[in-house]
Amino acid sequence: MALLTAQNLSLGYDSNVLIENINFTVNPGDYLCIVGENGAGKTTLIKTLLNLREQLSGQILIGDGLKKNEIGYLPQQTELQKDFPASVKEIVLSGCQGRCGFRPFYNKEEKELVKINMDRMGITDLADRCYRELSGGQQQRVLLARALCATKKLLLLDEPVAGLDPKVTSEMYSLIKDLNKDGITIIMISHDIEAALCYASHILHISGEMFFGTRDEYMVSDAGKIFLMQQKGGQNND
Amino acid sequence: MIDKLIMYMQFTFVQYALIVGVLIALCSSLLGVTLVVKRFSYIGDGLSHVAFGAMAIASVLNLTNNMWLIMSVTIVSAILLLKTGQNAKIKGDAAIAMISVGALAFGYLLMNIFLTSANLTGDVCSTLFGSTSILTLTKEEVLLCIVLSVLVIILYIFNYNKIFAITFDENFSKSTGVNADRYNLLIAVMVSVIIVLAMNLVGSLLISALVIFPAISAMHLFKNFKMVSISSAIFSVLCAFMGMITSILAGTPVGSTIVAVNVVSFLLCYLTGLIRGRLSK
Ligand SMILES: Nc1ncnc2c1ncn2[C@@H]1O[C@H](COP(=O)(O)OP(=O)(O)O)[C@@H](O)[C@H]1O
Ligand SMILES: [Mg+2]
Repeated sequence: MALLTAQNLSLGYDSNVLIENINFTVNPGDYLCIVGENGAGKTTLIKTLLNLREQLSGQILIGDGLKKNEIGYLPQQTELQKDFPASVKEIVLSGCQGRCGFRPFYNKEEKELVKINMDRMGITDLADRCYRELSGGQQQRVLLARALCATKKLLLLDEPVAGLDPKVTSEMYSLIKDLNKDGITIIMISHDIEAALCYASHILHISGEMFFGTRDEYMVSDAGKIFLMQQKGGQNND
Repeated sequence: MIDKLIMYMQFTFVQYALIVGVLIALCSSLLGVTLVVKRFSYIGDGLSHVAFGAMAIASVLNLTNNMWLIMSVTIVSAILLLKTGQNAKIKGDAAIAMISVGALAFGYLLMNIFLTSANLTGDVCSTLFGSTSILTLTKEEVLLCIVLSVLVIILYIFNYNKIFAITFDENFSKSTGVNADRYNLLIAVMVSVIIVLAMNLVGSLLISALVIFPAISAMHLFKNFKMVSISSAIFSVLCAFMGMITSILAGTPVGSTIVAVNVVSFLLCYLTGLIRGRLSK
């Protein structure tokens, strides 16, 4: 059975409909890229998948033994409390809070998991550093390590490379690709259509004409052709 | 001077005052860190005015046990304020200003109309700026205060990890299945309890100082949440203790003396942070 299925999903705020009739399925091991213009509702879709907000109508089915609280989430970068005093280790540990349930303190197993995931993201030597003093790329690795503590199966990433320089961006993409190779299913929002086409196995396009299918199908679809032309045109104008 | 201090320390009312003062300082500083980093420090301020309004109503109604009325009114307001604060930033700000100033004005009006005490200004002044009432606590009041503060401290320690996680990133917490609303409610209730207790110590106008100063001081020295929480508790207890001793020896008002000590300690921490920052550059 599919890991995640959206059926006739409609999203919006209050009674303003933002997007209608979203349908897609995600199978274990997939790498799904969600693309669309700014303000199309990509973040809203991710938040709905995470149960952070209600859909207007439609259904989200989860299967394959996945539990709602076993999804790793990397939020879109916001102005996270700028002067928040928190060390890298404290933040990564907070990824384990879902495992704790009502248990008030983290156990050995969870601390071990934190070590493993910090190692995986190459941030072990930053453990005692203050989060707000890190570079953008390092901060994203910290949040990715935190998300990994929350899941073994599915990661939802909201624009993980926004604001990073090209070198760090490609490092981040290959990090995510490696996670996918290790068997973690990825759903990623991206602005960067080239990267999406390079890494993703499936594409969900949610502005203007809706599209869901594999990468190869997208390249030859109308939605894909138009979007690709626009993006290329936009880049040439820069 | 030492003799004088030793002599005072033998009075039970001084002992009571010290116990209560230290406990309240400890509790308020713990939650202060959360309120400050969540940009909720103004809620402490608003709530203290609400508590003042409730107090005025209680004294007009001539309730013997006014603590419960004040406590419940404050808790309800705290929940309302946290809710509006989440929904819409700007409106939340305005709501707090309206509630807090309104409560303050109504409280004073009520007391002015209905209370015929000869010393009205004195009464109002002491509820606003703290009074000698910390020195006239009964055994029951001291017990209640101890029970409630210990409860707050235990709840804080047992929920520390969740409070940290929710304060840092509420959406992420929710996505891992944590019921963030319940913890926000818990925070609101704990803040209200502390504010009502602290009214006895420093008066309702000075409560926010007790909540904010230790947290900000600690944030200038440390950069992880655990150390900030621990050191802010230590600063707060030390400042409250020194403030109370000073006020007993020098005969100054308790509340303002404690706040003054807090201000001085903040300045010291600020300078230390500044100098350390320069050196490391
Ligand atoms: N809390 C909210 N209340 C009302 N409208 C919102 C809210 N959050 C986002 N929106 C609107 O929904 C639209 C989609 O937002 P979003 O999902 O963040 O887009 P994207 O991530 O695709 O750029 C935007 O037009 C935005 O203004
Ligand atoms: Mg977005």
